[in-house]
Amino acid sequence: MNGSNSDRSEKNGSAPGPDGAAGSRADHNHSNAGHWLVGARDAKVKPDLTTNCGGIISPNPFWLASAPPTNSGPQIERAFEAGWGGAVWKTLGQPIQNVSSRFGGLNYGGKRNIGFNNIELITDRPLESNFREIREVKRKFPKHAVIVSLMVETEQEWEDIIARSVDAGGDGLELNFGCPHGMCERGMGSAVGQEPKVNERITGWARKYADKYRPGMPVLIKLTPNVGDILPHGKAAQRGGADGVSLINTIKSIIGVDIDHFVPYPRVRDLSTNGGYCGAAVKPIALHMVAQLARDPDFRIPISGIGGVATWRDAVEFILLGSTSVQVCTEVMLKGYRIVEDMIEGLETYMSNHGFHTIDEMVGKAIPGYSEWGSLDLNYETVAKIDASKCIGCYDCVAACRDGAHQCIFPATDGTRVPIIDESECVGCNLCQIVCPVSDCITMVQVDNGFAPATWNEAVAGEKTLRPKKGSH
Amino acid sequence: MAHSNPGSSPSHVGALASERAESVFRDFKPAYDEAAAVSEASRCLYCDDPPCQTACPTRIDIPQFIRKIASGNVEGAGRTIFDSNILGMSCARVCPVEVLCVGDCVYNKLGQPPIQIGKLQRYATDIALEEGWQYYTAGADTGKSVGLVGAGPASIAAAHELRRRGHRATIYDKRDVAGGLNTWGVAPYKMKGDAALEELNWVLRIGGIDIQLGVGVGDGEGDVPFSELEARHDAVFLGFGLGEDSMLGVPGQDLDGVHGAVDFIECIKTGKVELGWVRRAAVVGGGNTAIDAVRELKGLGIPEVTLVYRGSEAGMSGYAHEWKASKAEGISASWASQPLAFLGAGRVQSIHCARLGADKRPTGETFALPTDLVLLAIGQGKLASMLQGVAGVSVERGVVVADAETGATGRKGWYAGGDCANGGKEVVNAVAEGKRAAIAIDRYLRGDAA
Repeated sequence: MNGSNSDRSEKNGSAPGPDGAAGSRADHNHSNAGHWLVGARDAKVKPDLTTNCGGIISPNPFWLASAPPTNSGPQIERAFEAGWGGAVWKTLGQPIQNVSSRFGGLNYGGKRNIGFNNIELITDRPLESNFREIREVKRKFPKHAVIVSLMVETEQEWEDIIARSVDAGGDGLELNFGCPHGMCERGMGSAVGQEPKVNERITGWARKYADKYRPGMPVLIKLTPNVGDILPHGKAAQRGGADGVSLINTIKSIIGVDIDHFVPYPRVRDLSTNGGYCGAAVKPIALHMVAQLARDPDFRIPISGIGGVATWRDAVEFILLGSTSVQVCTEVMLKGYRIVEDMIEGLETYMSNHGFHTIDEMVGKAIPGYSEWGSLDLNYETVAKIDASKCIGCYDCVAACRDGAHQCIFPATDGTRVPIIDESECVGCNLCQIVCPVSDCITMVQVDNGFAPATWNEAVAGEKTLRPKKGSH
Repeated sequence: MAHSNPGSSPSHVGALASERAESVFRDFKPAYDEAAAVSEASRCLYCDDPPCQTACPTRIDIPQFIRKIASGNVEGAGRTIFDSNILGMSCARVCPVEVLCVGDCVYNKLGQPPIQIGKLQRYATDIALEEGWQYYTAGADTGKSVGLVGAGPASIAAAHELRRRGHRATIYDKRDVAGGLNTWGVAPYKMKGDAALEELNWVLRIGGIDIQLGVGVGDGEGDVPFSELEARHDAVFLGFGLGEDSMLGVPGQDLDGVHGAVDFIECIKTGKVELGWVRRAAVVGGGNTAIDAVRELKGLGIPEVTLVYRGSEAGMSGYAHEWKASKAEGISASWASQPLAFLGAGRVQSIHCARLGADKRPTGETFALPTDLVLLAIGQGKLASMLQGVAGVSVERGVVVADAETGATGRKGWYAGGDCANGGKEVVNAVAEGKRAAIAIDRYLRGDAA
């Protein structure tokens, strides 16, 4: 624990990006801070983005998730022309009939659609049309990955639809065990994904019939996040013979309420229903679930990460926490296929700067940095410092610390409006840094308090001494 | 001045002609629609102890009203604004926000565009007036009454605050239209007179404010004498503003085509003017009235408009942002120029000018500036001399001496605010002073303080 702690702190101290999460930006003594940048100097070679996720090979890790952007062949052809490496076809099954009024957006602070939900179901198009178009797309784009998402009920139906998917030339299958609205009421989707035994049994069918019609045909299981713990569900898929898992599907949600008509959104005549929540705001939930699986030593199959991926930076986060490919839906629904250009460039630049030659070198790189609370160093101490030359005097940190933290930041007394921090009371919570609108104005600086690192687990075992608490009087 | 169509507004605030020269002007800062307002409001950092609020003479809680706009609580935004400044609609348009709230927005320090506070305030207050939201009711009647002299922003703000505290208010104004400079002196690309009257009518809905138009107070013929005013009321508020345009005292100033700028602005604000014969116009002065005047002349279609100022561009007292806008509209300037005489046969044809040096002393060089129209914007006379017979009320350099916090004059029960007491500032200063005086008057009438 001791050695890795300082290494990780420096990594966390790297410059946050424009949309990077604040909260862990600690600025420490950078005695050996340069070491992780070494790669930047020797790796100006263009990295290889080729991705192999459970046997499904694509020119890059950016796949379109099974959703409206993958509803038809002409759409997917345009997506591949724009640069997408793979596409998971909109889920095939017994074609359904959808409602009018299918989507809802969550706005916050003047920013539209930070979250999104839908009550749309699986494909409403004839299976013949879908399979004909899959064949056509694969003929035109043999090197791109076309994964066929499936959702049916009986074993016979699974065999039939797998046979047709293989026949159409799909590169892999993704079993939709995740949809949390509509289909689950019919005993499919998340109704399967929430029951490990059912998951394992149906995965086993898929394994059997995939191999029957094309030995080694990759099978991914798409998992629902609407469970208390993702681990048993991922492991059930692994036991059933899956080649990988895709997660997260959407989160059961009500996106908002029409407060004038007393009906939730999206409103279908006089009623609404719960939908599936997705978009940028769900990324933290998805990252956690991906990492939970990726860090489990008994879970060994690849992960296709899904949930709030909007930029290359999001993709890097998913890959570092154990995803091999990433799937994108909402951001494409909001902005169109062309966003992939920036995603590819940004990922390449990131990989070059960090000396990664292949995607595989990156996968799970941040997993060792993800641990239990009981393993965190309680003697690690930081305090906030304000760079007076950058401060604009908004006092947002004053209000946040006064009302939401530990009352240790005070208005200036000299007329400068540069707040004063009482470091003896600062618990190093990061809140001031998070609310500060100026980049690098407030930094969390490590304090040498003379205490050796000590975790809660060690302290409970009586092995280590904890520093005195701050701000607890 | 032609008041050809009286009755366009309720009678007790007076009426403006429906056809006025100012009607040709468009808003220099266009109004926000809802999407634009919410977008801009969402940028606000919601500063604690906010510098913008400190910069506002009326101390509007700006981040709070902006947050309410962002959340869709426009009615609450209006309340926050009017709680501090009952003429918040006018001030949203006419305040020099660039040197007040917006100028102190912390975004300026970040090198990012400051929050457009004036436009956001206009958004909220426009809707409040359109919807007719009534935020205020009169306080329980105290049986006391206050006489207010002049129906401009200072007296209106004072009267409204007095009504909230239960005192009756009677405003006297010698003109036939209320509102003071807010009605007949604001540059029309900021606000037109009918908007000022509309706001005034909205303010008056609190009830119990009696505006007596055409009734002067003072020592003039037909005026209500100050002694009579004091006899009628329990307290007095002086808010009579400034006097006529100052003249230069040089030969030819009586020629046709030579006018005071404030007088001219009043003409275009209240009626029609005939300017078809004017090709070239000059405005003498370097303050904000001069800048308003040149922009108004240009906006009325005069091809060549020149500002004639004794000093330099850097030394003018008018706001830099206003002069920058003037230049962008094609207005030119003759710096270091001192008019010596206006020349012409019956009608002005040129200004005979002396060229001044950096020390503002004549260099000996003179020149002629051809012009068809001259407006003098070199200041306004002071009216306070009429108070000389009122014992205890001091006048210094034409300005009523009043306590900075309370507006109290040296005479018990007499208070003052606005241009007559501050020498000529913004509408927002007059509102702040009127409200502060009303609070002090209330304490006085309740016997809490002398």
